[in-house]
Amino acid sequence: MTAAQAVVLSAAGALLFVSGLAVGRLVARRGERPDLDLGTPVERATFHTLHTASLAAPPLRAGLTEDTARKAARRLRSLLGTEALCLTDREAVLAWDGAGADHHRTRVMAKVEDILDSGRSQSVHTGCDDVRCPLRWAVIAPLTGEDGVLGALVAYGSRESAVLVRAATEVARWVSVQLELAELDRSRTRLIEAEIRALRAQISPHFIFNSLAAIASFVRTDPERARELLLEFADFTRYSFRRHGEFTDLADELRSIEQYLALAGARFGDRLKVTLQVAPEVLPVALPFLCLQPLVENAVKHGLEDSGRPCRITIAAQDAGAEAVVVIEDDGVGMDPAVLRGILAGERPGAFGVGLCNVDERLRQVYGDEHGLVIETGVGAGMKITIRIPKYQPGVHAGAGRHRP
Amino acid sequence: MNQTYAVAAVAAVVLATVLVGALGLRISRTTSDFYVASRTVGPRLNAAAISGEYLSAASFLGIAGLILLQGPDMLWYPVGYTAGYLVLLVLVAAPLRRSGAYTLSDFAEARLQSAAARRLAVLFVVGIGWLYLLPQLQGAGLTLEILTGAPDWVGSLVVAVVVTGAVAAGGMRSITFVQAFQYWLKLTALTVPALFLVAAWLGDDAPRARFDAPSAFREHTVVRVDDTVRIEIDAPLTLTVSGTVDGTAYQERRLTLDEGAHTVASGTALAFPEGARAPERAHAEAGPSGWSQSLSAGSDGHRLYATYGLILATFLGTMGLPHVAVRFYTSPDGRAARRTTLVVLALIGAFYLLPPVYGALGRIYAPELALTGDADAAVLVLPDRLLGGLAGELLGALLAGGAFAAFLSTASGLTMSVAGVISQDVLPSRGVHHFRLAAVLAMAAPFALSVVSENVPVADAVGLAFAVSASSFCPLLVLGIWWRGLTPPGAAAGLVVGGGSALTAVLATRAGFAPAGWRHTLMAWPAVWSVPLGFLTMLLVSLATARRVPSGAAAFLTRLHLPEDLADRDLPDGEPRDWGRPAGSGGDRGGDRGGQAGTPDGDRTEGAGA
Repeated sequence: MTAAQAVVLSAAGALLFVSGLAVGRLVARRGERPDLDLGTPVERATFHTLHTASLAAPPLRAGLTEDTARKAARRLRSLLGTEALCLTDREAVLAWDGAGADHHRTRVMAKVEDILDSGRSQSVHTGCDDVRCPLRWAVIAPLTGEDGVLGALVAYGSRESAVLVRAATEVARWVSVQLELAELDRSRTRLIEAEIRALRAQISPHFIFNSLAAIASFVRTDPERARELLLEFADFTRYSFRRHGEFTDLADELRSIEQYLALAGARFGDRLKVTLQVAPEVLPVALPFLCLQPLVENAVKHGLEDSGRPCRITIAAQDAGAEAVVVIEDDGVGMDPAVLRGILAGERPGAFGVGLCNVDERLRQVYGDEHGLVIETGVGAGMKITIRIPKYQPGVHAGAGRHRP
Repeated sequence: MNQTYAVAAVAAVVLATVLVGALGLRISRTTSDFYVASRTVGPRLNAAAISGEYLSAASFLGIAGLILLQGPDMLWYPVGYTAGYLVLLVLVAAPLRRSGAYTLSDFAEARLQSAAARRLAVLFVVGIGWLYLLPQLQGAGLTLEILTGAPDWVGSLVVAVVVTGAVAAGGMRSITFVQAFQYWLKLTALTVPALFLVAAWLGDDAPRARFDAPSAFREHTVVRVDDTVRIEIDAPLTLTVSGTVDGTAYQERRLTLDEGAHTVASGTALAFPEGARAPERAHAEAGPSGWSQSLSAGSDGHRLYATYGLILATFLGTMGLPHVAVRFYTSPDGRAARRTTLVVLALIGAFYLLPPVYGALGRIYAPELALTGDADAAVLVLPDRLLGGLAGELLGALLAGGAFAAFLSTASGLTMSVAGVISQDVLPSRGVHHFRLAAVLAMAAPFALSVVSENVPVADAVGLAFAVSASSFCPLLVLGIWWRGLTPPGAAAGLVVGGGSALTAVLATRAGFAPAGWRHTLMAWPAVWSVPLGFLTMLLVSLATARRVPSGAAAFLTRLHLPEDLADRDLPDGEPRDWGRPAGSGGDRGGDRGGQAGTPDGDRTEGAGA
């Protein structure tokens, strides 16, 4: 077989594959609609309306901005079937879909301002001078959120119609629900941010007292070491209490863990043995701030505080294609898997649970559910926690996080 | 050539690669030194790794072969392969690192905030990766065929299996060390024999290579023709033939061929007397491999055009190679990425001084390679030809090992990045098993193609991948980094029009669909028109859809161009100032802070005094 034939054959194969895929998709999509029973025309119209509405929902779930309004306006206009549709916030027009944007866009805000206070739908005459312009009447319906009116939906028609008023009001109400959901999303994000702050505050008390006591014990016998430990302590707290950014990189997080382990080592002496296996390739990986430290703290607590024997803690970070795999392992007392499950489900809040639970939740929130903590443990069998961190995730980079939606 | 040494050398290289892959991990491990996190990959190590991954079979074997076949014009290849990094250094390296993107498709998504643009970029990453893998596998097949006489798919299979196995088993975890090791191995494998060969050449009264006329045989030589060829003779030639020439069968017959074209059937042995001029393959031949000669064939106009095509493709294509882009992620920051690129320029520049030496020596001492079409083997046969004996065999084995290192390193780097993209974007869910499956997929397609398709000069085949990369990712990266107005539709249109047309032209030429003449040259060297086409489409469509500029574009560009220590530390002395200020965002929390304000400030002074 010559090169020419081979390439032709393979190209034809690829083409066949792609077309097969396309046909398969098409057929699958067709298959979703039962061929025999399409429903009555009324039912079909309902389905159609619901489908259009569901298409408009995702952009609005991100809140009311120019970008989301533009995407939603097109769908909403086809839902209402009007000549033009406009979405505004309290100050300005966010998106205009349909005809008449040239001369109506500038005037609409004056009319919208009237209803911002009343919060009631209104049907008003546009007072347009252009006789050919189809936009004679406008229905202005308020979009409300938790804190009152956020903006307005304006639907234009060629004549005054009670149907349009009713429809526009209902659509505006539906949009308002989506916006409230968006607010809910935001408050959930804020809650998690608050938890991070709580986590930062939570690290300190026990650890600070113990560390200071350990350092104090060195002040006379080994002043040089005491000084070094104090500097470690300063660096560690500076990192943990840092206020900016939701993300950091693995190098910084590991450095802070090293400082933590140095301080823990001062307290526990020979009982704490640490192995670090870090592939240098993964050090620049960005990850949520303070998402490893609580796990290491947990390993130390399990390995040393709950038993009297020596303990080995292994921290490994490996390169695995488009992901970095971080494993934190201790050979301490371990835990009953059922108890652990309860803790992760948030049923048993405790000093231990908050850290682990919080890390798990944040990882899932940032990277998706398949990137939560994987914990292998048993009573007396130690504990091994594995995290897979994608090397790239939209919106995740060291120093980001202030303006994330 | 003695098979034992060569096979031992190849086996040693494969073993060493696997060992360094495993041991490199040990080197990067530590039990006592706490400050492992500060030990990021330095510019020199990373540069050696990038060079190791980059210097493929095309560099190790292909360039010498092309210079043997077509003369000094081919020096544009090493120049282009090196200069690509200059463009990368100036325009792309630091911003690409600062973008935080791991693959090129990540960059497309981060810059354009569009999942559709990402999917399109994925297609091109996989396509370019496969185009680039194909010649690596074919080169491996050729090398093993010459060394041991095994069928040419055996070498491809060895490389495919070793690489897929290593990548799938996670043996490439310490890939930086493996690739850096491969660079130094390749440099040694090419330098040491070159010194011996040049010494032997000087001892032979330093004959000059002739590129303007056919070279002559320096001794009585028997050439076995494996595939039917047409040869071109410009003066009557007397030689001994066993086999079929011009349709007539001969048995050990002395024969004088007239000037003009002759057909030599496969399996024929031609014995040239000393001093006879080596015939060359006829270029008019319209066969599947005919396209590869286009640079030297045809009139001067074609030649100039083809040279520009080559220059554009290699200068602008380097930045879009999937395995090059991912390695910049390893640099700790943009400045380190830039330094790394600078070191890469030096390392690669040093390496590329060597292949032309082999090419020129091959022209003198192995002229029959131009006849049999195995010019890519020039590097491998030279030690045996010039030195002979044990020394020749040992040096030949060293070169064979170096060549295999070239196949392994480039192929593993490409497979890693293509598999990463496939597992992330093509396969339904992520996970370790999926990555293994993706690694197999990434290698299976080019392996199947390498078995069924005929060999083409390695350097040319690699040049095609460069052309596609230059027409698709170069506009995306350059405009994405330097122009705020790039929109998702613009980028998508540019990728499809520029990259797509280059890909079509390249595939059509490889399949032999391209018509002869000017149009053939246009399609064999698409970069001259497809790169401007890609840029122009991206610009115009972006301007036409100016309203679709992603909302975060300005902030993203700022991040790309600001050094990290300015961008990340947006509050350089944030903590102390924050501590001192009683009211932050909320009154009750601020009071809390005020109470603690003394301690950290004290620590800071202590730290500053250290």
